[in-house]
Amino acid sequence: MTTTAPRVGKRRRKDGGVLGNAGLYVAVGIAALLFLIPFYLILRNALSTDLEITGENWKLLPSFQWGNISELFDDPTVEFGHSMVNSLVVAVLTTVGTLLVCSLAGYGLARIPYRHANKVFYAVLATLMVPTAVTFVPSFVLVSSLGWVDTYRGLIIPGLFSGFTCFLFRQYFLGFPKELEEAARVDGLGYWGAYWRIVVPNSLNFFAAIATITFISAWNSFLWPLVIGQDPSSWTVQIALSSFMTNQTVNFHLIFMATAISILPLVFVFLFLQRWLVQGIAQTGIKG
Amino acid sequence: MSTTTTRGVAQPAPAKASPARPRRGLRGNPTVNFWLFTGPFLIGLAIFVIVPIGWSIWLSFFDARYTVTPSHFIGLDNYKQILTNSGFPDSLLTFTVFAAFIVPTTWALSLGLALLVNQLRFMRAFFRSVFFLPTAVSYVAAALIWKMSIFSGVRFGLANTVIGWFGADTVAWMSNPTPPWYWLVIVTLRLWIQSGFYMILFLAALQNIPAELYEAAAIDGAKRGWQTFRYITLPQLRATSTAVILLLLIAAYQAFDEFFNIVGQKATWAQTPLMELYKTALGTSQDYGAGSAGAVILSLLICLVTLVQGKFMGFGRGDESK
Repeated sequence: MTTTAPRVGKRRRKDGGVLGNAGLYVAVGIAALLFLIPFYLILRNALSTDLEITGENWKLLPSFQWGNISELFDDPTVEFGHSMVNSLVVAVLTTVGTLLVCSLAGYGLARIPYRHANKVFYAVLATLMVPTAVTFVPSFVLVSSLGWVDTYRGLIIPGLFSGFTCFLFRQYFLGFPKELEEAARVDGLGYWGAYWRIVVPNSLNFFAAIATITFISAWNSFLWPLVIGQDPSSWTVQIALSSFMTNQTVNFHLIFMATAISILPLVFVFLFLQRWLVQGIAQTGIKG
Repeated sequence: MSTTTTRGVAQPAPAKASPARPRRGLRGNPTVNFWLFTGPFLIGLAIFVIVPIGWSIWLSFFDARYTVTPSHFIGLDNYKQILTNSGFPDSLLTFTVFAAFIVPTTWALSLGLALLVNQLRFMRAFFRSVFFLPTAVSYVAAALIWKMSIFSGVRFGLANTVIGWFGADTVAWMSNPTPPWYWLVIVTLRLWIQSGFYMILFLAALQNIPAELYEAAAIDGAKRGWQTFRYITLPQLRATSTAVILLLLIAAYQAFDEFFNIVGQKATWAQTPLMELYKTALGTSQDYGAGSAGAVILSLLICLVTLVQGKFMGFGRGDESK
């Protein structure tokens, strides 16, 4: 235990030294193993044959059937590739749209001195009282009367106007150093120019955090795509996975390969952007 | 609308008091810019959030079967119908049982993980990532793993394999409501997905506890471990704990994905409130009136919980992790 930081070291030394630490690491290690089991199962089953998955004896390691990947994408009855494309389009456009619309509104509410800004802000807050999940019935009614069922528009647009994301941006911009904006004004920029040239480039960490969370929740969203995606051609990957579970004709190894592929992009995004994500969550208490 | 104000006013509060300084053109006009910045969002919010809420309230007083533009006003009949029809009250009971399981367990597990990770001196980021990683997994994907691999009712499922080593018989985890093993399946799934997220909140709060408190306690002779946890850590985490419990309750209230995929909407047990709404409004009966009435009742219940919480800990979902 050579890496003892001086401050914590004083506190730690009393509680059992190496032995206490060993106990701590054993406990954390066991918990970590339990948390990793589902990931292990996905990978093991995705790279197995059906016989190995359903076999009598538990096989610790799969036989690494990399061919399962091409089998999944070549299978015309599954339409998995198409649902991945749908998810990607929906998640990317939802993220870009939400960031654009909500950040502008958050900035307006926080920094533009308009007389009734607070009234508008409280009206936005009031909409947070009704959780969006509960309003899916009337939202569906609205979207279907617009003729947006089974379209990207129907999947994306109703989700862009998140009062909560707007609220988070407002809170963030309230703390943005105003000296930077003042400098921009001295240079003759209006509100719009100052926002794009000064405020946004200096807020990329926060944008990255919100983008990650929005992307993950759009990718993982289930109820709304289930309501809107009535035809298989407009299914997102979550709806496709859900249909595999009730569909008796899809093979085990393909289902698990599909699950693995549906999770993989997120795991990468997650590991790559984790620093901002953790920071963002700790700052705001938001959930992806 | 020619109210121009000082540049760079930090507060969103009315800027009337500050001396007006004339600006040229529309670029610097606060009123115009305010609506330029917030307009797209407010229009979208009105169309896709406020209109549906209003429409829903309106529909809930009409006989709206197979139609969203009904003409037959029936007063409170939809409310009577959905509250007396056993499905909806049963779903509130399901939610209550679910919340009773998931809220305390997630609270305890996420706090426990945070305490463990907080004491680590090396590989801390690694372990934090491991516990946080499941947050990236969708409920659908997790439901698939839980249903078809871990708690698969047949012999090759992981849980049945493990209890088989101890000589126990195969258990049908989900297809049989007595005994209600399905709760084990559902609760462990949600625990796995969400604990890491709340762990992050607790970690942030733990790091904000001043070290002097522990030093002072040590001088006063408090034993490390339970005593400092009970009398320093826990009270210092009170605001975060309250917030976490509220977030957990609201999330449990809106549970849909894993119940839909594991239990299914055809089962007679473990139907959550949102599943009942889904079946009422979008199922075969297409009763938008009763479905909207149910949505109104659920919204009011959530508002009530939020307001009660607001009374106790002040407003602001955004500030609670501090």
